[in-house]
Amino acid sequence: MSKYHVTTTINGDEVDFTCYADQTLLEVLREDLNMTGTKNGCGSGDCGACTVIVNGRPVNACLVLGAELDGANIETIEGMSTGTELHPLQQKFLDHAALQCGICTPGFLNMAKALLEKNPEPTETEVRYALAGNLCRCTGYDKIVRAVLDAAAEMRESTS
Amino acid sequence: MNEVKTTAKTNFKWVGKRTRRPDGPDKVTGRARYGDDMVMSGMLYGKTLRSPHAHAKILSIDTSKAEALKGVKAVVTHKDIPDHPLLEPPYGPMIADLHDISRNVMAREKVLYDGHAVAAVAATSERIAKAAIKLIEVEYEILPHVLDPLAAAQPGAPILHEHQFTHGVDPKPEAPSNVFRVVSAERGDLEKGFADADIIVEREFRSEPVHQGYIEPQALIATASEDGAVEIWTTTQGHFVIRGLCARLMNMDMSSIRVTASEIGGGFGGKNNVYAEPVAIRLSQKTSRPVRMVMTRSEVFRGTGPASGTYSRIRMGAMRDGTIVAAEAEIYNQAGAFKGSPVGRSVDSFFSSYSIANAKATAYDVCVNRPKVAAYRAPGAPMATMAAELTINELAEKLDIDPVDLRMKNAVQDGGQSLNGAKYGRIGLTEVLETVKNHPHYSAPLAPNQGRGFALGYWMHGGGLSSVVANLLDDGTVAIATGNPDIGGSRSSMRVMAAEELGVDLELIKPIVADTGSMGYSHLTAGSRTTFATGMAVINSVREIIEKLRALAAKKWEIPVDDVAWEAGQAVTQRDGFEALTLKQLAGMATKMGGAIAGHSEINAGGAGAAFSAQIVDVEVDPETGFVSLKRYTVIQDAGRAISPDYVEGQMQGGAVQGIGWALNEEYIYDDKGCLQNLGFLDYRMPVASDVPMIDTVIVEVPNPNHPYGVRGVGEPPLVPAPGAVANAVENAIGKKMGSLPLSPPKILGTLELCR
Ligand code: FES
Ligand code: FES
Repeated sequence: MSKYHVTTTINGDEVDFTCYADQTLLEVLREDLNMTGTKNGCGSGDCGACTVIVNGRPVNACLVLGAELDGANIETIEGMSTGTELHPLQQKFLDHAALQCGICTPGFLNMAKALLEKNPEPTETEVRYALAGNLCRCTGYDKIVRAVLDAAAEMRESTS
Repeated sequence: MNEVKTTAKTNFKWVGKRTRRPDGPDKVTGRARYGDDMVMSGMLYGKTLRSPHAHAKILSIDTSKAEALKGVKAVVTHKDIPDHPLLEPPYGPMIADLHDISRNVMAREKVLYDGHAVAAVAATSERIAKAAIKLIEVEYEILPHVLDPLAAAQPGAPILHEHQFTHGVDPKPEAPSNVFRVVSAERGDLEKGFADADIIVEREFRSEPVHQGYIEPQALIATASEDGAVEIWTTTQGHFVIRGLCARLMNMDMSSIRVTASEIGGGFGGKNNVYAEPVAIRLSQKTSRPVRMVMTRSEVFRGTGPASGTYSRIRMGAMRDGTIVAAEAEIYNQAGAFKGSPVGRSVDSFFSSYSIANAKATAYDVCVNRPKVAAYRAPGAPMATMAAELTINELAEKLDIDPVDLRMKNAVQDGGQSLNGAKYGRIGLTEVLETVKNHPHYSAPLAPNQGRGFALGYWMHGGGLSSVVANLLDDGTVAIATGNPDIGGSRSSMRVMAAEELGVDLELIKPIVADTGSMGYSHLTAGSRTTFATGMAVINSVREIIEKLRALAAKKWEIPVDDVAWEAGQAVTQRDGFEALTLKQLAGMATKMGGAIAGHSEINAGGAGAAFSAQIVDVEVDPETGFVSLKRYTVIQDAGRAISPDYVEGQMQGGAVQGIGWALNEEYIYDDKGCLQNLGFLDYRMPVASDVPMIDTVIVEVPNPNHPYGVRGVGEPPLVPAPGAVANAVENAIGKKMGSLPLSPPKILGTLELCR
């Protein structure tokens, strides 16, 4: 089987990789690029642990093929903070204890970031539905939802 | 809303404060390394071939085609895993029988469930490994299977283990049975008790097995070197336990195996065991290369432990004034393919919140053709508790007594006993029940089609073996190493306790989880024991450092050590003319004045004691669809003392939501051949954010006298009453009794339609 050559931008850097036709973005990131911040909880699109942002939209990296991504702009958890400064969502997840084991956290953070870019002032219900594709077995979601609402408020304040 | 109600000392510097966790930044940036985030140079990829049958004899295994595939470096079967004799009685509460474990990690004579491991390969890529297992040819003779615990316990059921005769019954049975053992506990005179009762309620319940549902699948790397040493990197709740099991199973010296625990992506009891570790050791020994083995999600469902599905019967009798005078229950726990369901805990869980003069509980450990059950957060408790709590609520209804008042009247008191005979010290049950009674949620109005549920849960915590090493560094910072994987923020609690003892800033304490080569034995991060037991070892270790620092200050000042005290992070003396020496100053002197300063502690902690969690739930049932929506949820629990309240609340909220899933959605679906059909999170439906409301919490603090800060375990109690509380709310919403979990829409609709 021959491989495809793909050129992408990942977290602002130009990244080239080669992959088989059936290789998912998740496999490319984790296995070939050694970017293990994106997690694999199911490999079938059911847990959201692998959520990354491709061309501005949140996607399950396990459902996207690497070969489809030539020219794509990909954002992963490794690029969420700016230098040594954590993103407000990352800060609020820490302040609200929105993680226990933390395996779901990168996926939740990306999904929440995508939500707040589209809807800077979500209600609790909107947050819950936006995050409904991301499973967390530890927290019962309470502190995650609070962290997202609080981050949204803070981000609104800093842009106004 | 989250509150903390405390009756005890509160002038702490760090205990009880909301602080950021030390491992936080790594976990929000993707830097933290979990089981599957490690690579080693020259690493091979392992893959497991699993049984497609629920029950079958293995006639032959031909691995030659797989071995011939380019890139395949080794293939193993049961021949590569040493066999061990059956464990002999007496059996303790926890059974680790190497005979069974060797067969669970690799099927030997028979496959006993769909998904049972049969062979494994190591290859130069995942792709080749996957292709290779398809080339392994296994000849099976299919046998009849049994999935239901009640059916499996009947004479004539297909037998999983011909060598198994029910233990704990008289006379000793002559025919083999799927029932491994029957355990019971009783007190008083049941017959008399029921004769005294004015009212008796009898019920029965069924429940499906549920999976722990950790989001991170099992993953590990094993490396064997030519001199016999083995290193393992794995996601586990107890790397010392993995070391011990691997050494015993593979007939190796314990000291030749070193295990490092990765960050762990959830466990809930499901990562207390070995699965692929021994297999990976063997593959690595055969190839002299590191071997990584990662389960897929469907392998997690097919091959790793759920909690037992159950069948239970219960009968309780009370007098008109509300005194519960008699209680009798039995429960059949699915053990899965091998013995070892939590029967003792089931027995203890029915009635131990109450002082009932005449009570008996019995539990059956029943083998069925399903994966071997593993612990799941308060193993054995939730289903027994549901049976008792729903029955008590029905008694309350019939007696026209408020359910909380009825519990108050019968609540076990300080100094009482559990049904298994465990003595209670100071417990917070009365305080918890009073808090429920006064909570606004308990008396808030309900809308049409809504119902409120209530249940109480009890759990007796474990203490056990913990080891800690604390090293004071030259600059006055302190490295704390424990042997307990941190699942839900324990490093944060360890840091808080160390800083509190030393009287210094949190930032000066750096907690880590060390590997098995670095320190004494530490038991699992399980049984809600870590903050209690390992925390005590942290406190001991830091106190040893303080003693050494006092001695150092005394030496420096040339005064007796008894004249030196440790206060607020410095050595001080009442004597005139000496200025306090800070931790930092003393740390800098240490190496010049005798040597580095460290403390360590290896303990077997007792006195963890019991804790109680009470839950109030409001649901709304759609009469057209049978769909249940959660409207309001409150968890009230005695935590003894919350070292890190954020993480105590997190445990309470997470446990409650797992209980919601257990009650409403989660179940295993098998086809008529005994093969598991719902192999993913799409069909095994765990609660998502839009399924649940905020989970309100009230932490009640009745300090545990057996811990320096009053800590009780908090992880398990919140799951114990949750399924019962939710089921009770559904019953009250529809005005019908429900006897079988999950309370899925078709089941509720069926009940409603029957009654229309
Ligand atoms: S790993 Fe992609 S959704 Fe679960
Ligand atoms: S924090 Fe463990 S799964 Fe979300």
